[in-house]
Amino acid sequence: MTKKALIANDRDNVATALADIKGGEMVYAHRGDQEIGILVKNPIIFGHKFALTGIKRGEEVIKYGEPIGIATEDIEQGDHVHVHNIASQRGRGDLKR
Amino acid sequence: MKIYGYKREDGRFGIRNHVIVLPTSVCSSETAVRISNLVDGTVALPHQHGCCQVGADYEQTVRTLIGLGKNPNVAAVLVVALGCEGIQPGVVVNGIKASGKPVESVVIQECGGTLKAIGKGAEVLRKMVQQASLAKREEFDIGDLMLGIECGGSDATSGIAGNPVVGFVSDMLIEAGGTAMLSETTELIGAEHILARRAVSEEVANKLLEIVDRTEQRSISMGVDIRGSQPTPGNIEGGISTIEEKSLGCIYKAGTAPINGILEYGEEPHSRGFFVMDTPGQDIESITGMLAGGCQIIIFTTGRGTPTGSPIAPVIKVTGNSSTYNKMIDNIDINAGKIIDGGVSLQECAKEIFDEMVEVCNGKLTKAELLKHNEFAIFRVGYTF
Repeated sequence: MTKKALIANDRDNVATALADIKGGEMVYAHRGDQEIGILVKNPIIFGHKFALTGIKRGEEVIKYGEPIGIATEDIEQGDHVHVHNIASQRGRGDLKR
Repeated sequence: MKIYGYKREDGRFGIRNHVIVLPTSVCSSETAVRISNLVDGTVALPHQHGCCQVGADYEQTVRTLIGLGKNPNVAAVLVVALGCEGIQPGVVVNGIKASGKPVESVVIQECGGTLKAIGKGAEVLRKMVQQASLAKREEFDIGDLMLGIECGGSDATSGIAGNPVVGFVSDMLIEAGGTAMLSETTELIGAEHILARRAVSEEVANKLLEIVDRTEQRSISMGVDIRGSQPTPGNIEGGISTIEEKSLGCIYKAGTAPINGILEYGEEPHSRGFFVMDTPGQDIESITGMLAGGCQIIIFTTGRGTPTGSPIAPVIKVTGNSSTYNKMIDNIDINAGKIIDGGVSLQECAKEIFDEMVEVCNGKLTKAELLKHNEFAIFRVGYTF
């Protein structure tokens, strides 16, 4: 694993940074056998995620091949994906009020 | 594979030879600590519980105290009670006695106060420790080992390196005929459907889904967003955005073995193989549950780094984050960050951890043991009345 980003599962629409990435940097990662390049827009610190495709508000964010939450705003390819633009759908007692 | 440990009266093997001082309640905890301080080779397990508890909450505390006393790493137990508390000393003493190991009790109100109880307790302990010190390690099969798998202070590397590599170690132990367990039900939320497919029966699958639902309903019935605590601020800083993402990374540490059964907090497994125990995501309470269930050793993955140990079992700390390993070198035993940095395969790193586990079973001290990290807490499921 010497790449700067990891796509955990072929179905994922986000990748995890394996090194600090500068804003505006082209980052390459493997999806199956294929290498794909993404222009990462924001600075991404080690371990954080960026979008591999556009994700519309209300759509699922997929990592490990499974939904990890819903986009709370339109996310563009290369955007930082984190608590500011995705929300958990589980354990949400606050939504039942 | 053969390893070396202490054979107990019930046929199980311990990899440590602790004499413990076990208070039945918060009221006898301080006295228990003072008794333990007087006698070398002992450790006290002070806690805040044992009185004014009812129903399932009471039963769980009793089950946990008895399970800890019965744990094969424990050679002998001194139970310290106040006398009037809800959890009566006889209940704990008799529960532990079923294992055949030496158990005695000191009751503060019967002794006539702190000083007399300390005197009597120290006298009992002195004999217990001397007797325990005669025990010699003997050969036993690694199939008799029960491993508790824990993760805490997760970050994005946990799901990429730390947990997958420990999952591999768990598979290796199961393959060798041993037992392993996953816990932390909160951190199965969002990943339970994947684990449920590995259950040996529909009944086990349903029970797994039921404990996850029960945990999720707790936060929903409180009207709160579980994100107030899960993921934690540290998890979020480490790149984990939601409980689903945390859970999906967490379950890698469960390897690939079939799930034989679902255990209540502190319950002993009925057979060998892989189990899931219903515990909270809080590390210390989770580890206590697995030790009460009979685990002799804990492997603990961490992304952010944590000092956690246990009074009765070695805790081997593994991180998938090389920067954390270097920063928290006091506390972390193995760096699995090499898998991400490159040059070391997951299988090679799993072999390294497995070998370390065997050495620790045979007596090598972990960093948590060397620094006397005796973190201890019991999970409550009710109010104090």
